Amino acid sequence: MKTTASPATTGTKTPRFLICITWLFLTACLLLPIVLVFQYAFSAGIGRYFASFATSDARSAIGLSVITALIVVPINTVFGVALAWSIAKFEFRGKNLLMTVLDIPFAVSPVIAGMMLILLFGSRGLLGPWLQEIGVRIVFARPGVILATLFVTFPFVARELIPLMHSQGSEAEVSALSLGANGFQSFFRVTLPNIKWGLLYGVLLTNARAFGEFGAVSVVSGHIRGLTNTVPLHVEILFNDYQFAASFAVASLLVLLGLVTLVIKIIAESKEAQYGH
Amino acid sequence: MTTRAYNPLPGFGLTMGISLSYVGLIVIIPLAGLLLSVTQMSVNEFIRVAVLDPRVLASYRVSFGSAGIAASINALFGFIVAWVLVRYRFPGRRFLDAIVDIPFALPTAVSGIALTTLYASTGWIGRYLEPLGVQVAYARPGIVLALVLVGLPFTVRTLQPAIQELEIDMEEAAASLGANRVHIFFRIILPTLMPALLTGFSLALARGIGEFGSVYFIAGNLPMRTEIAPLLIIMKLEQFDYLGAAAIGTVMLVVSFALLLTVNILQWLSRRSSVS
Repeated sequence: MKTTASPATTGTKTPRFLICITWLFLTACLLLPIVLVFQYAFSAGIGRYFASFATSDARSAIGLSVITALIVVPINTVFGVALAWSIAKFEFRGKNLLMTVLDIPFAVSPVIAGMMLILLFGSRGLLGPWLQEIGVRIVFARPGVILATLFVTFPFVARELIPLMHSQGSEAEVSALSLGANGFQSFFRVTLPNIKWGLLYGVLLTNARAFGEFGAVSVVSGHIRGLTNTVPLHVEILFNDYQFAASFAVASLLVLLGLVTLVIKIIAESKEAQYGH
Repeated sequence: MTTRAYNPLPGFGLTMGISLSYVGLIVIIPLAGLLLSVTQMSVNEFIRVAVLDPRVLASYRVSFGSAGIAASINALFGFIVAWVLVRYRFPGRRFLDAIVDIPFALPTAVSGIALTTLYASTGWIGRYLEPLGVQVAYARPGIVLALVLVGLPFTVRTLQPAIQELEIDMEEAAASLGANRVHIFFRIILPTLMPALLTGFSLALARGIGEFGSVYFIAGNLPMRTEIAPLLIIMKLEQFDYLGAAAIGTVMLVVSFALLLTVNILQWLSRRSSVS
């Protein structure tokens, strides 16, 4: 850690003033909305809170989100690790281009991500007539929800692992190989233990985003109650129906998921600092 | 170009092959589909639908304008937050540092309904603003507010490492030569941090232009006034006007990619200047 003594920052009252601004700004912007979610979620009592998850619409929305996450998270984890391995441990032409492609889901509007799926698979899309012929529905059905979620969450694991793998270098793996380990042994025994906390955070972030994705999923799902509604879409429907307590109760589930993810991030960072980089 | 050094690690071919096929499937094919759809239109038609339509134009103004204001606010407050978190030790610092990531982990729909409820005329904050004649929810300030929330981690997280790497020696040298604090800030600190600041600004801007979930609830979605471009895309898709939606989407994509390119050039420039 750097020391904090600096001519521009020591002395006078500036630090206290800036610290106050930071506290105020972050509290108002970030904490207040979260406090509000829980306050409204429990505003109708604990019984009503849990009843919000018991309706058939809520259960099917949670079910679809769980299925989506169960499919999306493992796929994006495997591909994220492969991407991170090739980008962090090797030098090759077009690496910057590949890194830029990793940024695309951040830069592209989720609505456009959903729209691209409709342009491809919608009934009037490029592949629409062919899909109709073979009787496969992708958009306004569950496969579309899953594809949209795959797109918006694909960079998170790789983004988390690339700086970590890069900073750790390859010496440990190289010595494992020189001692006779094969590639998979060196990955599972040497690389994986070194990146496990970062990987866990990447996986949980992918999971939280898979549960929480709204824009892209809302475009491709068609909002069919009981069939293609995910948890955030269910929150939207309840909110627009003025069922605020129920809406915030279901939303609190997503907030909890996000908060757990953040706690893991803090642990991951302190472990990383422990191993010394 | 240097020749590639011998790398004894295995798995390059395998992971590279997997990576490229996956990226191709999940990113390149959808993008190609969009381009193919757009090329079905004539240039005139594209311009009529995506550039000259007054309602579309108004939605660009709302989306790009609000995102610009929000990114500027984030550049300012993100700078203060990043500076305070890096340079000062005070109670709660680690806590504040951790919660900066909340917008990454919080679903946009949740922050949307929470902000709307906070700033509606009966909300915790809205009820105090209403007598003052300030309307946030269902108006432009609400859109900006939602985008500030969404973009904040981008500016803070790009500035933090840059501030950490600032050389305090330089500030001390300047101070010992008689520069005052304002001078030190504008002559030494700000120029050094400029690439990171612009990167954070561009990332927040790109994110803000495309944002839908949090804005959708608080915007009120009045045509010509608080209707964002992504919402128009959704409406066109619902009317099966695929080409119209694709045209608007293409305009937004071009702007986002231009921003992404700017970010990459800035990072390349700052890497080069830090090496030399």
